[in-house]
Amino acid sequence: MSTQVKNKKGAETGADGERRLNMIEAINDALDIMLERDPDVIVMGEDIGYFGGVFRCTAGLQEKHGKTRVFDTPISECGIIGVAVGMGAYGLRPVPEIQFADYIYPGLDQLISEAARLRYRSATEYIAPLTVRSPFGGGIFGGQTHSQSPEAIFTHVAGLKTVIPATPYDAKGLLISCIEDNDPVIFFEPKRIYNGPFSGFYDKPVEPWKRHADSVVPEGHYSIPLGKARTVTEGEQLTVLTYGTMVHVTEAVCREQGIEANILDLRTLVPLDIEAIEESVRKTGRCLIVHEATRTSGFGAELSALVTERCFYHLEAPVERVTGFDTPYPHSLEWAYFPGPVRIGEAIDKILKD
Amino acid sequence: MADKQPPAGDNRPKLALHVPEPKYRPGDAVDYSDIDIGEPGSMSRPDETCSPDTMRDHAYGLVRVLGDDDNAAGPWDPRLSPDTLRTMMRNFAMVRAFDERMFRGQRQGKTSFYMKCTGEEATSVAAAMALAADDMVFPSYRQQGILIARGYPLVEMINQIYSNKGDKLKGRQLPIMYSSREHSFFSISGNLATQTPQAVGWAMASAIKGDSRIAATWVGEGSTAEGDFHSACTFAAVYNAPVILNVINNQWAISSFSGFAGAERTTFAARALGYGLAGLRVDGNDALACYAAQQWAANRARANGGPTLIEYFTYRAEGHSTSDDPSGYRSAQEREEWPLGDPVMRLKKHLIALGEWDEERQEAMDRECAELVKAATKEAEKNGILGHGLHHPFRTMFQDVYEDIPWHLEEQAAQAKHEREVKWPGEEPWS
Repeated sequence: MSTQVKNKKGAETGADGERRLNMIEAINDALDIMLERDPDVIVMGEDIGYFGGVFRCTAGLQEKHGKTRVFDTPISECGIIGVAVGMGAYGLRPVPEIQFADYIYPGLDQLISEAARLRYRSATEYIAPLTVRSPFGGGIFGGQTHSQSPEAIFTHVAGLKTVIPATPYDAKGLLISCIEDNDPVIFFEPKRIYNGPFSGFYDKPVEPWKRHADSVVPEGHYSIPLGKARTVTEGEQLTVLTYGTMVHVTEAVCREQGIEANILDLRTLVPLDIEAIEESVRKTGRCLIVHEATRTSGFGAELSALVTERCFYHLEAPVERVTGFDTPYPHSLEWAYFPGPVRIGEAIDKILKD
Repeated sequence: MADKQPPAGDNRPKLALHVPEPKYRPGDAVDYSDIDIGEPGSMSRPDETCSPDTMRDHAYGLVRVLGDDDNAAGPWDPRLSPDTLRTMMRNFAMVRAFDERMFRGQRQGKTSFYMKCTGEEATSVAAAMALAADDMVFPSYRQQGILIARGYPLVEMINQIYSNKGDKLKGRQLPIMYSSREHSFFSISGNLATQTPQAVGWAMASAIKGDSRIAATWVGEGSTAEGDFHSACTFAAVYNAPVILNVINNQWAISSFSGFAGAERTTFAARALGYGLAGLRVDGNDALACYAAQQWAANRARANGGPTLIEYFTYRAEGHSTSDDPSGYRSAQEREEWPLGDPVMRLKKHLIALGEWDEERQEAMDRECAELVKAATKEAEKNGILGHGLHHPFRTMFQDVYEDIPWHLEEQAAQAKHEREVKWPGEEPWS
């Protein structure tokens, strides 16, 4: 890649002529395209306007699309989601940002009681086609309130969709799908992998996205259907169900240990790609579930129950879950908390032993 | 530091928690002479483009038009034509007839629940009449007067209350949680105050699009304590949203008097001052004042003058709902002693004072409204009453959760279908 040139977005073009973006740039690209294509798309949130967002995901968008399309909001998550619901009722397609998933809770009543139920309770008279973007997940010394993975709170809510990308290519294509979708979507961005696919080996440097095949992000509009998982690696030894940062951690562990796993990046948690899950588990007979969120009543419990219910006679070992511990996310003990290579490796050993 | 607490008898005064208490409880004699209701016509009517900080008096005083002499007075008199006043009167009569019949319908077991708006009719009917038909309203559950003022069919309202097969909302919503996009009436939610930031968002959207329509929302004084109301006021002010925030201060939030929402220290209209909103406090039982205040705020919003918060000072004359018995927490005398009287009677007397109305015509109108409601009820009952089989097909339970039905809901729908076949073999399972 010696002939790389920087484009105006800071993206790089390889010698192969393909444009390579990190996840931040891919998200920015998706928002830019949707603002361009659909005059009803509105991007708003704390610090996202003039400044371009604390993670730069909205950099340059206000200058390009104007202050009434891309604007800063008061620090009020309840207000941000509430006004977005009202905008949706008018006919806009708002894309509100919640600065950290840890701060989405003040907006929960608006999400759970309003956005999620509006179509149902009004028998389709009103809909809430919002896409709530929010950085989530740990591994960045974010402590208790910059590290959480609250996806299970949302997967439990009828009427919401929950989407989590793991690569720049997916981030753009999935985000475009979410914005075009007529249902309210929670779009969690794993901030640990904004700049590169974190392996979980925290003492090693993180490779930037540009060396990863999935950072090739086409120009223009494309979308990835919601509800479809992505096969990360083919393998016969076991199935791994995971998403977000943990896709890369799991992949690195399997590579280290020489495990041939069928890793599925779920991408959409609701609606779930149950067909891909069943097909894989029936083939491998073994299933590991990996997420960063706390264990009890986490989304892994739902996955484990589904696999057990639907693939029981194909299972050759109990379904295992590797998750964060049932504690608030600690600061100094981050790497003891994080479901890293040791925890994943031992779980794989246990599954394969039977 | 718990072990460092000063011992009893220390010379610092003991702190005392103040827990508000309403002045009158069941059995108490009521005396409202301390409530300053001012003189009708005494409040100035500022220019609709005025700065909010010039409106302090309007947030603490009370805009009134109709006096004890039944005449309209002062600059807030909206000078409505006799025809408009008679239309308003008819809407009042219809709301009252509707409330009476639906309350009875609940007592007769035709539905599970109902809420009257007795005593507060002006805050919805008169306010709605001051708006354009396509201005978007985000009501709470006690603004049935808006639907009636906008000509929403009574049969549709009753179908919703009975959750029958004619119910447009497919029996999904608790009675009175209406929705009508055609009438620019937003879907009512049980979660209090959530509609307030939504109304602001709708108004922001209208402004983003360069539309000319405005939004109005209604919330009870009790619900102003919700965080959403604070968000709504903040966003409305920050973006100068073309929205009207109507606070219906009917003194009671179920059994809690308005002191639990902060009324012991200030007015609800005065909250506008801190946000930089225009604030108006009006006699909520004075139909002309309600109309005039809403019209003032609508003109202001339409001229890009920004949002207005209006407090309607009124009284919830009946129980909170069919599930509530107010004799358990307040004096029965309150209603008759309420210094602002009854909005329907006051408008009627005004029309009579103008020589545009009389008791005979009122009686005929009341009878006619009662008959129309009765006929609508009979019509609606053909579609069924709650729990009598004439509901929407079972399959509809699984529709509209999402735009398309995902696999997990398809599976659950199949389970429901199976259960129907077990319980009622031979019947069409999805009917």
